[in-house]
Amino acid sequence: MAGFDPEFADIRFGCGLSPVVGRSSSIDGILDGLSAPDDMAAQFPIEGFDQFRDRMKAVAVQRRILRDNRGSDIGNAARKQRNVLNRVARTDKGKWLGQTLLRRSYTPHGFFERLAFFWGDHFTARGKQGLVRRATSPFIEDAVRPNLSGRFADMLKAAVMHPIMLMYLDQFRSVGPNSAFAIKKAGKAGMNENLAREVLELHTLGVDGPYTQTDVTQLAELFTGMTFHINNGFKFRKDMVEPGAETVLGKTYADTMNRAPVLNVLEDLALHPATARHIAWKLAVHFVADTPDPALIDHMTQAYVKTDGTLLAVYAAMLEHPAAWQRDVMNVKLPIDFISSACRALAIPAQTVQTMDENDMKNAILTPMAMMGQNWQQALGPDGWPEEDSEWITPQGLSGRVRWAMAAPQILQPQLPDPRDFVTDALGSLAPQPVHFAASAAESRTEAIGLVLASPAFQRR
Amino acid sequence: MSEPLSRRKFLTRSGLIGCSLAASPLMTPISFAAAPWDTRLVVIILRGGLDGLDAVQPYGDPAYAALRGKTLAGGPRSGALDLDGYFALHPGMASLMPMWTAGELGFVHAVSTPYRDKRSHFDGQDLLEAGTDRLGDGVRDGWLNRMLQSVPGVQADTAYAIGRGDMQLLKGTAPVANWSPEADLSLSPQAERLMDLLMQDDPEMHAALAEAQLLSDGGSGGMVMADDGGEMMMAQMQKAGKGATHRKIARFAAKRLRKDARVAAFSLNGWDTHQAQERNLTRALERLSETLVTLKDTLTGPIWKKTAVVVMTEFGRTARENGTGGTDHGTGGLMITAGGAVRGGRVIGDWPGLESGALYEDRDLMPTRDVRAHAAWIMRGLIGLDKTLLERDIFPGLDLGADPRLLL
Repeated sequence: MAGFDPEFADIRFGCGLSPVVGRSSSIDGILDGLSAPDDMAAQFPIEGFDQFRDRMKAVAVQRRILRDNRGSDIGNAARKQRNVLNRVARTDKGKWLGQTLLRRSYTPHGFFERLAFFWGDHFTARGKQGLVRRATSPFIEDAVRPNLSGRFADMLKAAVMHPIMLMYLDQFRSVGPNSAFAIKKAGKAGMNENLAREVLELHTLGVDGPYTQTDVTQLAELFTGMTFHINNGFKFRKDMVEPGAETVLGKTYADTMNRAPVLNVLEDLALHPATARHIAWKLAVHFVADTPDPALIDHMTQAYVKTDGTLLAVYAAMLEHPAAWQRDVMNVKLPIDFISSACRALAIPAQTVQTMDENDMKNAILTPMAMMGQNWQQALGPDGWPEEDSEWITPQGLSGRVRWAMAAPQILQPQLPDPRDFVTDALGSLAPQPVHFAASAAESRTEAIGLVLASPAFQRR
Repeated sequence: MSEPLSRRKFLTRSGLIGCSLAASPLMTPISFAAAPWDTRLVVIILRGGLDGLDAVQPYGDPAYAALRGKTLAGGPRSGALDLDGYFALHPGMASLMPMWTAGELGFVHAVSTPYRDKRSHFDGQDLLEAGTDRLGDGVRDGWLNRMLQSVPGVQADTAYAIGRGDMQLLKGTAPVANWSPEADLSLSPQAERLMDLLMQDDPEMHAALAEAQLLSDGGSGGMVMADDGGEMMMAQMQKAGKGATHRKIARFAAKRLRKDARVAAFSLNGWDTHQAQERNLTRALERLSETLVTLKDTLTGPIWKKTAVVVMTEFGRTARENGTGGTDHGTGGLMITAGGAVRGGRVIGDWPGLESGALYEDRDLMPTRDVRAHAAWIMRGLIGLDKTLLERDIFPGLDLGADPRLLL
C-alpha cells in the first residue's frame, strides 16, 4: 500500500496543488502546520463574532428607532439604515467566502483549512433570521480555528456554547419549566430539546450511541440557563435554570446555578468511548473514503482514547496509518473543495476576488456551487453536508461542475495559463495521460482548462 | 461497540453504486418510449418532521386545547379552517380549500413509519425512504425504486427524482432520472468527445455525465460553444439562481409527467419547528400549498384527474407545545393526499385521542397505523400492484390491513 507522497498528500489532505506554493514535505510537516501561527487568518481576515455583534447592536438601534417612529421620516430613515446594515452583512458573507477561497489558494498548510471546514461542518450552525444568518464564518473563526488541534472537549464547549449555536438549535430561549423565569412568565416560557438531542446524536456519541429519550430530556434540562445577550455574547442566566440535579448517561450533575454542569457534561461526553469512535470514523470518512478500513478507525479511536481526545494525536494516527493512503477508492471533492482547489491551481489573484461585488460573487461562485449541490453555509440540517460520493456525483451536480469548470476560470484568473502547463499545475505527476491529451486537443483555452478541472482525476482525491 | 453506520451510509457504500450503474443510460438501451401505465404518482417528502397536529388540528378532541394552549392555539376560533366539525386546517393551507371542497385533498392522521424512540431526523428519513421495518437489515434501495423494479416496461424517463438534494426512496436498480430544473448542460461536440474520453475510467462519473447530457433540454451537442461559450454558460447558471425553488420543481415535475414520466419524487424542507412555530410552519405550509397548486395547474385537467400526490414526513411532533413556541420531535404524524385520483375531502385514520393515557410515551400522538400501508394501497389502486408484492418486496414485512379507500 502506498504511503506519504507530497503531491497526493496535498490533494487528499490539503487544498490541492498550486503552481506558486510548495508541496508538503512529510507527515510531520503536515502536522506541524496545524500548530503554526494562523497566517492565513491574518492575511485574509474574516471577522470574529464579537465584531459581528457590533453589527447586531447597530441593527438593534435602528430597529428601536423604527419602532418608536413608525410612519415618520425618522422611522423611514431608520428602516433604510437597517436595510443597509443587512445588505452589507450579506455582501460580507460573500466576501468571507472569497477570503476562504484565498486562504485555500495560498496556504502552505492545506490540512488546517480542510480541518476548519470539517469541524465547521461537524458543528453546523447559522442564524435563522435577519442579520445573524450571515454569522457562520465568524462562528468558525471563534469556535473552530483556534481549537482544531487541541482537545475535542475544548472545541465542543466552544462550539456548543457559542451564541450562533445557541440560536441555531433554539437553546437561547429554552428555559427550565420550573425556573424563576418561567414562573414569572406564567407559562409563557419553557424548554425545548433541540440542542440537547443534536449534541448527543451529532456532536458527540452518534445516533447509535448509548443514549435514550430520557437522556435527551435530562440534558435539555441541564442546558437551561445558557443564553445569549447582544451586549455581551454568551450569557448564563440563573433565573432560566431548571432547579435540581440532572442525570445524563447514568451520571448525576448537581445543580450549581452556573455553567459548571454544562462544562462538566460536555467534558464527559467528549471523553466517552462512543464519541471517540464517532469522531474517528467521521474524520476517516471525510478524508479517506466513504467506507474506511476498520483498522484505520480502530487506530484513530485508540489514539483518541489514549490522549483524552487530543485531536492532533488523532490526526497523526490517521496520517501514519497505511490505509489513509490507499488509492483504490477515491472520494469525490465536495463542491467547496472542487472550487477552491481549482482556484489554487489557477493561483487566482487575490485582488480579482477581493474586488468582486455581491453579484459577481453570486454569479461566479455562490449560484454555481448551489447547482453542484452545496448552497454555501446553508446545509439543510444540523448534520451538515453529506459525505457519500453518490450524493455529489449526480447528473445535475456534475452538470454544475462541468459548466463552472468551463465558464468560471476566465473570470477568476484573467491570465489563463497554457492548458498544457495547467495540467501539471493542477495534478502534478499524478495527471493521467488522457488529461494531458484533452488539454492539448481542446478547441479553445477555456475548454481545455475546463476539461482538466472536470476530469475525474481532478474531481477526486 | 458497533461502528456508527446508519443505513444511509450503508446504502451508498455497499454496492448500490454498482446497481445504479447497471441502470444508467450507458449500460441499458436508452429509450424514452411510451410509458407502461397511465396514472401519475408524485411523492413529496417533508424533511424535518411536520407537526401534523398543527397542520390538521383536532380541535374537537377535548384534550387538544390544553396541549396547545400557549402560542399554538388552534381550531376555527383561532383562524383555522373547519374541515369536518372535528378537524380544522391550518391557515397556511388556506389556498388548498378549493381542492378540499372538490374532494381532491385528503388527510390521514395518526400514522407513522415503524421508527420509534430515538427521534433522529436522519434515521427517521432513512427508514421512511427505505420502506423497511428497521434500519440496517440489508435492504439497499428505496421503496419507490422497488416499486419500479416490480413493474415491466419502466424506461429511463418513467421516474424522476427532482432537485439538488438526495432522494433515497428512488435509489436502486430500476432506472430513475435524477434532474433539477435548469441544470442543462451544453458542450461543443469537441468538448463532449474529450469529456467522454476523460470519464472512460470512472464509470460513476461517466454514467452521471451521460445522464446529464441525455436529460438536458434539446439533447447534447446542439449548441456549439464559441469563445464566449463560458459567458453563455455563466448567464444560464445565473438564471438558475433566481425564483422560488419549490415552484420550479413542481412545474418541472408536472411538465415531465405530462409527457412520458409516471412517477416523480422530491422533497421540501423547513418543518423542524422547535421554536416560533406559528411563523415558521405557516411559511412551510404555504410553500407546500403553492407546490400542490402549481402541480395541479401545470398538469392540467385530464392528467390531474389521473394523479395521486402523496406527502409524507419522517415523524410527527410532540403533542404538547414546548416552552419556546414550538414542538419537539415526536412519533405519530400526518399524511397528505392530493390529486384528481384521490378520494379526498376526508380526514381518515383511527384517532387515538390526546388524553394523557392515550399519548405515546406520554408525549407524542400515538401512531395507530403504518404510513407505508397507505402508500401501498395508493400504489395498488393506481398501478394495480399485487398485494403480496407490496407486502413482501416493496414494503417487506408490512401488513397492508384493510383498504382505507384512498382513491376514487
